[in-house]
Amino acid sequence: MSVVTEVSPDGQKLTISIKGRFDFGRHQEFRESYERLNQKPESIVVDLKEATYLDSSALGMLLLLRDHAGGEDSDIRIVNSNSDVKKILAISNFDKLFDIYPKEDAGKDSAGEKDKPQAGHLQDKLHPGKA
Amino acid sequence: MLSDLEPLTVLIAEDSAADRLLLSTIVRRQGHHVLTAADGAEAVDIYIQQRPHLVLMDAMMPVMDGFEAAQKIKQLAGEQLVPIIFLTSLTESEALARCLEAGGDDFLAKPYNQVILAAKIKAMDRLRRLQATVVEQRDQISRHHDYLLNEQRVAKAVFDKIAHSGCLSAPNIRYLQSPYALFNGDLLLAAFNPAGDMHILLGDFTGHGLPAAVGAMPLAEVFYGMTAKGYGLAQILREMNAKLKRILPVDMFCCATLLCLSFQRCTVEVWNGGMPDGYLHDSLSGVRTPLPARHLPLGVLTPQLFDDRTEVHPMSLGDRVFLLSDGVIDTADDNEQLFGVERLQQVFSANREPDCLFEDIQQALRDFRGEPRDDFSMVEVRLVAPTQLNPPPPVYSDSGQSSPLDWSMSFEFRAQTLRRFNPMPYLLQLLLEVHGLRAQSGALYSVLSELYSNALEHGVLGLDSSIKRDASGFARYYSERNQRLDELNSGHVRVHVHVTPHGDGGRLVIEVEDSGKGFDVARVLARPADSNRLSGRGVSLVRQLSHQACWSDDGRSARVEFFWEALA
Repeated sequence: MSVVTEVSPDGQKLTISIKGRFDFGRHQEFRESYERLNQKPESIVVDLKEATYLDSSALGMLLLLRDHAGGEDSDIRIVNSNSDVKKILAISNFDKLFDIYPKEDAGKDSAGEKDKPQAGHLQDKLHPGKA
Repeated sequence: MLSDLEPLTVLIAEDSAADRLLLSTIVRRQGHHVLTAADGAEAVDIYIQQRPHLVLMDAMMPVMDGFEAAQKIKQLAGEQLVPIIFLTSLTESEALARCLEAGGDDFLAKPYNQVILAAKIKAMDRLRRLQATVVEQRDQISRHHDYLLNEQRVAKAVFDKIAHSGCLSAPNIRYLQSPYALFNGDLLLAAFNPAGDMHILLGDFTGHGLPAAVGAMPLAEVFYGMTAKGYGLAQILREMNAKLKRILPVDMFCCATLLCLSFQRCTVEVWNGGMPDGYLHDSLSGVRTPLPARHLPLGVLTPQLFDDRTEVHPMSLGDRVFLLSDGVIDTADDNEQLFGVERLQQVFSANREPDCLFEDIQQALRDFRGEPRDDFSMVEVRLVAPTQLNPPPPVYSDSGQSSPLDWSMSFEFRAQTLRRFNPMPYLLQLLLEVHGLRAQSGALYSVLSELYSNALEHGVLGLDSSIKRDASGFARYYSERNQRLDELNSGHVRVHVHVTPHGDGGRLVIEVEDSGKGFDVARVLARPADSNRLSGRGVSLVRQLSHQACWSDDGRSARVEFFWEALA
């Protein structure tokens, strides 16, 4: 399995981990990973620790996930991306849509919710009073 | 599994009449239709006429033996599997092997065992059907493939017409695209706007094949349509983004870099959403300034959130802008190592002859032993003197019979409007209803744009054009412009247009007023028109391109005239 999903015991957090190349070949698995859930999680973490490469169809899949999770109101963190993957996310300016963390713990600490960095995040423009 | 009920047509070739009768009875009793032949030649004839499903063939027969008949029938059957079961009293292994070599699929020893015969016919029928299914599916796939290839050819032909209606063949553009790059989502467009500025778009759709090419069509339409009408990059980008957002599924978008090269003003305006860094190459110093992606790709954000901010860089004659698709830097070698930006920059620094940059990059990719990708686009545009280019005259679809000749009109654009609306394309369209003005549309648009941006930037926004004296000041000027415009709450620009008959032709007077502080007209007009200076080009351009340019009200009001002769 190159897409592994894990739901927290309370069903509030979904973690999707991708192994190997994140490209069109993962399309079906990736979609199923969040579409088959009965309960919609509050937050989603996409763990790219073991993802070696990411192409533009993977970016499209991330957009599908975001749309599914509520678009502007979604809470999606992308964690543990390696430097190649990070470059691709940076060129696409996806940091404007997703919270991108270099390390897992920065995003996993739910108690630190208020510290969540949102600089430059589009939610700010939509809901200036939200933070 | 397979139905036992489907009866087969079985050909029995056997020279012994008794054996023939016996076999016929057995096979018929098993529910099959039976044909008979007394020798090999007859068997071949019957096969040709009746095409039985299966053959029971005696090996030893007069006229033509079973081996030869089997070979002929197999040949005639072609890709179809017609199982041949040899009937033989031969027992030496060599003879049995000969049966199979001649094309037989199995053999049955005499005397006949009914149960084994039935089982063999059944097994052979299974094989026969399997072969038929394989052939049918293969043909289907091959038909689909031909069909797809043909569709691609047609789509490419249509698209090439659209894509090449632009000015990619202009002498200052060089580009390299893999032949079917379009079907991998790459798109390259170029066109002149009415002022002779050049717009260039290099785009890269997510996904491959037809879906990507389909998205390219509306994008090209917006690009050409709006460029021809004189819209600026911001409006074109907004329209393209909104259109793609509306029509594309969520997971599809288009990374794109859009450029506007002004040969009059010697500037390049850039918007990069999701494409690899482009580069502005200073031909004198050799410095390459990256033009990085500052935005999300087109078709991702809603119109409310879309960011159309562009950057403006000064250029000198001979400077180049180089853009490329990710097919270049994402070329991977056998170990999945990517070519990458660092290797590209090494090619840049090793490049001695700017005209050979493409070749150098291709060579480097070959040396890298990368698997060549078929979505691979590079384009380079040079800043040349406007006289070196010949923008094609605009094409008008109306007859011009209804040309309005005696009218005037005034507009006042206030802060809210100035912030986000560029009225130039609308004014130009209106003026081009006057048939006599069409021959001068380029000059008209340039002058109108200059007067408007002078009124807006130096008048309403109070920007000092002397900031633009060097490259860094240039960038500062435009970022300051954007900031002041965002914060604009008061002020106005008024445009008055008077069209009157004049002799056999006519006269157009344009007046542009602003609410700013004005400027020292006498001092500015006394300055020599220095083509190397980055600032203050506007005024001399206006004076060159129009008649009787004059300024009044301490520079707050500009007035120009255009004349035209009787139309042939």
